[in-house]
Amino acid sequence: MLMKGTAARMGVMKRVSLVFKAKANKALDKMEDPRETLDYSYQRQLELLTKVRRGVADVATSRKRVELQMNQLQQQSNKLEDQARKALGMGREDLARGALERKASAQGQLNDLQAQYAQLQAEEEKLTVASQRLQSKVDAFRTRKETIKATYTAAEAQTRINEAFSGISEEMGDVGMAIQRAEDKTAQMQARAGAIDELMASGALDDAVGGNRDDIQNELDMLSASSDVESELSRLKGEITAGAPKQLEGGANGNSQEAQGAQGAQGAQAPQAQTQPASIPAADRPAEPQDGEG
Amino acid sequence: MIVRISGEGQFSIDDVATAELNRLDSELEAAVNRNDEAAFTAALHGLLEQVRAQGSALPADTLEPSDLILPPEDASMDEVREMLTEEGLIPG
Repeated sequence: MLMKGTAARMGVMKRVSLVFKAKANKALDKMEDPRETLDYSYQRQLELLTKVRRGVADVATSRKRVELQMNQLQQQSNKLEDQARKALGMGREDLARGALERKASAQGQLNDLQAQYAQLQAEEEKLTVASQRLQSKVDAFRTRKETIKATYTAAEAQTRINEAFSGISEEMGDVGMAIQRAEDKTAQMQARAGAIDELMASGALDDAVGGNRDDIQNELDMLSASSDVESELSRLKGEITAGAPKQLEGGANGNSQEAQGAQGAQGAQAPQAQTQPASIPAADRPAEPQDGEG
Repeated sequence: MIVRISGEGQFSIDDVATAELNRLDSELEAAVNRNDEAAFTAALHGLLEQVRAQGSALPADTLEPSDLILPPEDASMDEVREMLTEEGLIPG
């Protein structure tokens, strides 16, 4: 009653401290023998220590999840930029633009996650420090508790117990609040992390290589199919020229590449035919990807 | 005088410095009463800076209770309102 009447002149700081004290006194009043309070409180302190440590671990788990997502988004973003570059190289500005739009979206999510990551990291540090501080106070309380129990009768102990108790119970209230806040923040971020997982699973940010929903990649694949085959072909030619010089002695200085290529391709066909039967015939029939699409 | 910044720890502060704290605290309370979030944030940050600058941190193993308790840095006005009622505190 007094609190409410004088609240206007008391200020926020004092009122908050009185609320903490009221809590502590309530707990004290429950005990018959004040010395029981010491053991009871000590048990509660140990429970709270366990809880705050679990809180630190939970925040760390959330932070790691966000980190994982950040890595995935970064890879995604890099791939999309790579696709844009390839598309531009093939003169397809429209495709490049599409890829860059997805990249911008991935980058936006990434920035959001970076902010979340920083918040979770700060929360984790705060809780770690809070847990260490509580540990120090619990240790101090245990020492004080044993002294009080060994030295004083129940009647004498009261004042000493009140002293020891009010400090630790304030710390416990504060740590309890810190855990609650960390849990709330973590829950919010997990909801957002879940939303990003869904977004990534939906393919909105995806390049989905090998899947059929990525139009950009499909077009790039089709466009690059013939040039890939050509470069593959000349790579194989190069290997054969280097690896079997005796066989190709006549034209080894590369003045007549096409003639060498014809020889080389034939020479390579026999060993490759067993492992990759489709690779060389495919080069001869560039129309095949269109068949697949139709 | 011992001041706690919630979530941060306890500080010992000279009585001289507490005059400025009381002034900022009145601003904080007025901001809460008229629902002014901007003024609330300014007053809260002013208070916390004052305590950090003027106070010396108490050792972690002290069992001293605080005379004054300040909300954490990122507290919203609603959270502070809750701290002013017992329901807002986790039972210790």
